[in-house]
Amino acid sequence: MLQLRPDERKMLDGHEGKAVQKAMELLVEYAAGLGAENFVDTRNVTIIPGSIPNVKIVRKIVPSMDIDEIASRFMLDSDERVVVGKVKAFTTTNATWRDQDYPQIQKGSKDHCDLLQNLAEYCKRVGMIHLATCTPYQVGNVPVRGEHIAWTESSAIAYTNSVIGARTNIEGLHSAFASAITGKTPNWGMHLDENRYGRVLVDVDVDMSNLREWALLGYYVASQVGLDLPIYKNINSLPNLTKLMALCAAGISGGSIVMHHLVGITPEAPTVEAASGGRKPKYELRFGEAERRLAYDKLNRSKKNAVDIVALGCPHCTLESLRQIAEMLDGKKIHDGVKLYLTTNSMIKAMGEIQGYNTVIEKAGGLIMKDSCCLELALDPDQVFVTNSGKMGHYAPGATGLKNTWFGTLEECIDAALTGRWRGELQ
Amino acid sequence: MSKFILYGRKIHGGIAEGEALVTRSPLGGFGCFDFDNGQVIDLNHEWYGQSVKGKVLVFTTASGSSAWTIAHQALRFADVAPAAYVVRENNPQTALGSVVGRLPCVAEFDQDPTEVIKNGDWIKVDAERGIVEVTSR
Repeated sequence: MLQLRPDERKMLDGHEGKAVQKAMELLVEYAAGLGAENFVDTRNVTIIPGSIPNVKIVRKIVPSMDIDEIASRFMLDSDERVVVGKVKAFTTTNATWRDQDYPQIQKGSKDHCDLLQNLAEYCKRVGMIHLATCTPYQVGNVPVRGEHIAWTESSAIAYTNSVIGARTNIEGLHSAFASAITGKTPNWGMHLDENRYGRVLVDVDVDMSNLREWALLGYYVASQVGLDLPIYKNINSLPNLTKLMALCAAGISGGSIVMHHLVGITPEAPTVEAASGGRKPKYELRFGEAERRLAYDKLNRSKKNAVDIVALGCPHCTLESLRQIAEMLDGKKIHDGVKLYLTTNSMIKAMGEIQGYNTVIEKAGGLIMKDSCCLELALDPDQVFVTNSGKMGHYAPGATGLKNTWFGTLEECIDAALTGRWRGELQ
Repeated sequence: MSKFILYGRKIHGGIAEGEALVTRSPLGGFGCFDFDNGQVIDLNHEWYGQSVKGKVLVFTTASGSSAWTIAHQALRFADVAPAAYVVRENNPQTALGSVVGRLPCVAEFDQDPTEVIKNGDWIKVDAERGIVEVTSR
């Protein structure tokens, strides 16, 4: 039974105005559905307003396109128009948005770009920082271990729980906005110690030195464990930021892994015993050659080798990847007819400018997009699409209608961009 | 025709009925639906090509992007919403999704709904009481 503290009761009773009341009402209904017993204070929220439905649906529900009404309906699920003052929590926006420099190549064209620009201005007005990235922890929103946060964006949730050791459930736009407004989130699930222990022990029996394998590991295990948290052991190669991002992204797009433990690497897993809370695992899995192949085949659904699109930077490109890509493309030209898109956030793109990476990539014929996502490109479904992201490979068919998608290493993707042919393989 | 009842926990209240659409896999949200007709467009999902409109959706849990609840609210806005959710394992996405989708949702049953309910069965969901009545086709 959900218990409210006096400050929460006051918000629910409308003492802090209509918007706060609506936010609290939503949180109470949500917390009851979860079976939470109380709320916990939160001072750190990330939110995904940029993923609201297409402009046709928004206009149908809010013909006036009034931004406060759009926010009320689509971000708070309130039938009543409420005007939000300032959010209580430090709140940053997540992807996906639109790169306002290239409206014509993204879904919904300028119409949807304008809607999202208005929404971005709204977010700033109510006190949010418009980071517009799926990797807030790369650019200024870095919670601390043990901190109770309310985050959206699946791969960032997995990253912050697993790698940083902060605590969040997989929040949605509506609950995250309500948490930003009230500074409260249901004290349930990943906020509680007992739910953070790993339940499935995974013996990693392939060489993990390439980025590709981190996506394949997450993608395979996601298809096996449901809501159980995996503990990965016997990893033969220390990951870095880019590899951990790939593991987190694949593990939650192919399934529901909101947290995983890497024995000896992530903060809540110094040992198998610590990661499992001393409990015997429910079951054990092996990630060997056969399992790696299964994940790879699921992400490679094309028979056509002539490549049209190469998509890099999912989750948003790291400085390390940006540098690598620039070095690989230096002095070269992307094949005629092939488009290379690289997505990242404004801050990393600015750093790429300072370093000269952007000039090199653009000279080769690539396009660096900020704030956006390759899944937001308006694409011909018959085109052949290549990516080094397990997440992108998983979502591309549903999000873009693409039928021919290839997944492989960064080197294979760059080769495809330069030759116009897909020559990737799993050896 | 035979009737049986599953007992679970209310996630979000309401009463609804409809034909069952069943999977023994999770259900996504983002990149999953065509909002013009409610059809599932995720090539990886066994419901690919089928419409969720008016159906009682029976699935194991939610998976994928945190835009899950945006997509399930959008199904309502686009008038192609399902009738109810019958879920094996509740998670934050199914809990919030049923709130903003404004649909009855029951989970945590005495038996696995994805095993005992078959496609096409007629389902009455009384979420307030946590009761799901199944009439086999």
